[in-house]
Amino acid sequence: MCKIERPGTLNGVRSIAARLFALLPILLGLSFISFTLIAIIPGDPVTALLGLEADPAAVAALRAKYALDEPFPVRFGAWLLAVLGGDLGRSIQTGRPVLAMVMDALGPTLLLAAAALVVSLLIAIPAGVVAATRRNTPADFAVSIGALCGMSLPTFWLGILLILGFSIWLPVLPSSGYVPVTQDPLRALAHLVLPALTLGVGLAAATMRMTRSTMLEVLRADYVRTARAKGLSRRAVIWKHALRNALIPVVTLVGIQFGQLLGGVVVTETVFSWPGIGKLTVDAIFARDFPVVQGAILVTASLFVLINLVTDLLYAALDPRLRGAA
Amino acid sequence: MRGWDARALTGMALVAVVLLAAALGPLLLPHGPEMPDFTATLAPPSLRHPLGTDDLGRDVLARICAGAQVSLLVGVGSVVFALLLGSGLGLVSGYLGGWTDRIVMRCVDVLLAFPGILLALGITAALGASLLNVIVAIAAVNLPVFARVARAEALALRRRDYVTAVRAQGFPEHRILLGTVLPNASPPILVQASLLLASAIITESVLSFLGLGVQPPTPTWGNMLRNAIGFLGIADWLAWFPGLAIFVTVLGFNLLGDGLRDRLDPNS
Repeated sequence: MCKIERPGTLNGVRSIAARLFALLPILLGLSFISFTLIAIIPGDPVTALLGLEADPAAVAALRAKYALDEPFPVRFGAWLLAVLGGDLGRSIQTGRPVLAMVMDALGPTLLLAAAALVVSLLIAIPAGVVAATRRNTPADFAVSIGALCGMSLPTFWLGILLILGFSIWLPVLPSSGYVPVTQDPLRALAHLVLPALTLGVGLAAATMRMTRSTMLEVLRADYVRTARAKGLSRRAVIWKHALRNALIPVVTLVGIQFGQLLGGVVVTETVFSWPGIGKLTVDAIFARDFPVVQGAILVTASLFVLINLVTDLLYAALDPRLRGAA
Repeated sequence: MRGWDARALTGMALVAVVLLAAALGPLLLPHGPEMPDFTATLAPPSLRHPLGTDDLGRDVLARICAGAQVSLLVGVGSVVFALLLGSGLGLVSGYLGGWTDRIVMRCVDVLLAFPGILLALGITAALGASLLNVIVAIAAVNLPVFARVARAEALALRRRDYVTAVRAQGFPEHRILLGTVLPNASPPILVQASLLLASAIITESVLSFLGLGVQPPTPTWGNMLRNAIGFLGIADWLAWFPGLAIFVTVLGFNLLGDGLRDRLDPNS
């Protein structure tokens, strides 16, 4: 017999602290890669910053500031210290602090990611439940084919087709741009629809598959049979008892997807000129604005890691059987 | 073809079509992929140009066939590269255990901590956009996945009786690893390879679409779609066919991967 542990609050806090501590080497690794990627680009960053005809005194000051004449480990250390103090440097193009630019872009990205998740869940959960409860019927078959096609559809192509359909053939929705919700909620929504659909449809495929398989498992469980035996309607059992339990693993998937969306938005934001962190990164790459590229990659990857951690903890909190295991 | 289900067969058929297009297209088609026809720019599909032409009068069908070569080359190249390096690392790390394992897996965790496309973007931005660098970038995204799968297999296998038996006969560790562990660990690695081929092809097209992949004039499905955006209202065939090509190829590899998994992995 295995011992059943009843974790107290202290244990919970301790395990969260342990998980956070385990993140430190990962974050250090992330910083190292973000720094190295930019450091290996040929050419002198000071020339890129100030141009060839710059004042020698300004050049010397900047070289000293970025510790450019020091060996690589020293430079990395200096950069890391600045980053820890919240200084991600300044944009070569605009001179604005990189951190401020990244923070400005984060809002639209998070809005788009959340909207895409909503779209995906609205499609995936009903479809997954229908497929599981009508196993091996044409409906189930259609859901499986749909999921497979959704997984194979390149998101940016779907985005282009949606623009073709809803902005050109049937001009009802804007094909690009972003309007803040605070400025004009209706126009903000209109601009959000196509990019959110583009990202959401691809995500729905995986969620649909998972909802179907966990639902199939739950429907075989004893408590579902008991609920039916008590005389509850099939509908109530499926949508209340079974679905609630089937959704626990789906929560993990959605958490992981939310993290993946931080990468997934890159191409969708570019297609729809959505001023988020993905478009910021791509634009900065083309402008050779390396401090921005570095900062955007570092912030995105760190967020990705944190979201994955929160997902793990949330999963443990939702499923009592996993408490203390996290 | 006994034992293969309908899905896997469909997948094989789709992949075969793409392979044929890549191999035979350039030999059989009358127009070269980079040959402009200024008398027929932005021409809709016709007998002369079955999938139409682009703004420079280049034949879309010829460009799609040439794009298939790039997609397959980058897909296969990056997956093979990642497979060799990643599963090598994973097998050694899982088999040896201890500090080797801890250090290798920490590095793998760091690579996995980047959203894939972002890592690929960063690498191509740093190294420059070329065929080889795109392959390296996508391989770096897939490498940790292979390392994880291979490590899990090696961990499970090293305690098996038949591995202990081989060791008891006095074979050196590298012989055990290559001769006994590797063959038994390969089915899940191959399944992963087929599924990652699908995602590698999508990543290649995304990089090209963003302008950070293989550069024009070499046609890729991604840079064809990038070009199509400027002509959406007047020449929508430019947007339909390259996207369809990506979709069919990726669907083919996904179906093949699912079929392989069912066949090779009795646990699923």
